[in-house]
Amino acid sequence: MSEIRFTDQHEWVRLEGDVATIGITKYAAEQLGDIVYVELPEAGKTVAKGGEAAVVESVKAASEVYAPISGEVTDANASLVEDPAKVNADPEGEGWFFKVRSVNRQELEKLMTADQYAAFVKGL
Amino acid sequence: MSETTALLRTPLYALHLARGAKMVPFAGYEMPVQYETGILKEHLHTRSSAGLFDVSHMGQAFLAGSEPARALERVSPADFAGLKEGMQRYGLLLNERGTIKDDFMASRLSGEGALFLVVNAGTKDSDFAYVADCLKDLAELRPQPDRALLALQGPKAAGVLERHAPDSAKLVFMRVARIRVGGVEAIVSRSGYTGEDGFEISVDANDAERIARRLLEEPGVLPIGLGARDSLRLEAGLCLYGHDIDETTDPIEADLAWSIGKRRKLAKDFPAAEWIMDRLFNGSPRKRVGIRPDGKAPAREGTEVADKSGRVVGRITSGGFSPTLNAPIAMGTIESALAGDGTEIDLMVRGKALPARVAPMPFVPHRYKRTN
Repeated sequence: MSEIRFTDQHEWVRLEGDVATIGITKYAAEQLGDIVYVELPEAGKTVAKGGEAAVVESVKAASEVYAPISGEVTDANASLVEDPAKVNADPEGEGWFFKVRSVNRQELEKLMTADQYAAFVKGL
Repeated sequence: MSETTALLRTPLYALHLARGAKMVPFAGYEMPVQYETGILKEHLHTRSSAGLFDVSHMGQAFLAGSEPARALERVSPADFAGLKEGMQRYGLLLNERGTIKDDFMASRLSGEGALFLVVNAGTKDSDFAYVADCLKDLAELRPQPDRALLALQGPKAAGVLERHAPDSAKLVFMRVARIRVGGVEAIVSRSGYTGEDGFEISVDANDAERIARRLLEEPGVLPIGLGARDSLRLEAGLCLYGHDIDETTDPIEADLAWSIGKRRKLAKDFPAAEWIMDRLFNGSPRKRVGIRPDGKAPAREGTEVADKSGRVVGRITSGGFSPTLNAPIAMGTIESALAGDGTEIDLMVRGKALPARVAPMPFVPHRYKRTN
């Protein structure tokens, strides 16, 4: 079973086994508008919770993507570099950013559940 | 602009909301940055079809007097006295130091004594106060806050407008006339700020929504927000006041010397003329240029520009993504020695030096309708 968690910076994390997939939420993609550039971390890099891990730029502006949890990057979605619009089309699926392993479960459990995140976005 | 200041609304405010606009504060107004279509598609639609822009936040005024064109030359180096009836001309408003207070358009309407001026939204109050004061013995400035301004831009603009304003077909680029649009009187110029063929349509505020709705009912016309207006003008290599030019910039480093009239260069009868002419002949220390990053990452306004040894030589004044070229583009001010097309430079983005080159502008060719 996979479980999905969310941050107040509008990233999502989906844990499957010991590998977590990370991306930006549908809300974030809508707020950014048309995404034209994505910069991803390289495999092997260690990211720390809350640290800058990726960059996403829309026609309007550049934004940092922060690592929602710590871990070692195992893979990045290279297809976004050629086709950044994928992030708008399917932010919580095909538009994933990168994967990390060696995840600390306690870090993950402190993040919002889908229901908590939905309520958080509603309040914005 | 402090948050407690109430934002103004244009006469098309309700129409923007009805078309799903995302409204943002801009120059003291609540303006549409994009509609449901989104910036990228709005941009491409304007290049391929026709887009309608609300630019009613801009300042409109008449300058009346016995010789308003001569009077206006006191604060601008353009040749307005030589402007023929039915023609429009771009001009720079200079302060007494010879740097740029604003850029604007002046129109000489056929059979009318007064000049019709359109200035930038963010500077209109100070422009009007400055012009009125500098020219008080020569001319009378009459601001027109009750006029709205629409821009219809793109290759299909002419066909669309002709169905509502048959007389618009007579206009070519930078021509202007009072004609009827949808049955109401309008001042229409064949110009705009996208690099495309198109029109700017000044109407009474009370008529604006009706005219806008009629144009939007036409097939091929979509409302376009400020987001796409900015990317369109950047592709066209056109300056945005307050970003690419301001009161720290003079006409020579802004690469706008072409807007100084030939007669004016000889007469040296505009603000700081000796200093500006010296810069024209001997060069200015820095210059506004086009810049194309080699990679895919956009470089935004404020990004430092460095030479290949790492020395900072300028900065980006407008930067973003070109939907037409599917690549990043930028405008910046850099040391004149490095301003030649093709010069290799670095852009300091997020602590990294990204290679880029000085590039000719416009990035996307202009498609003005110069002849009938």
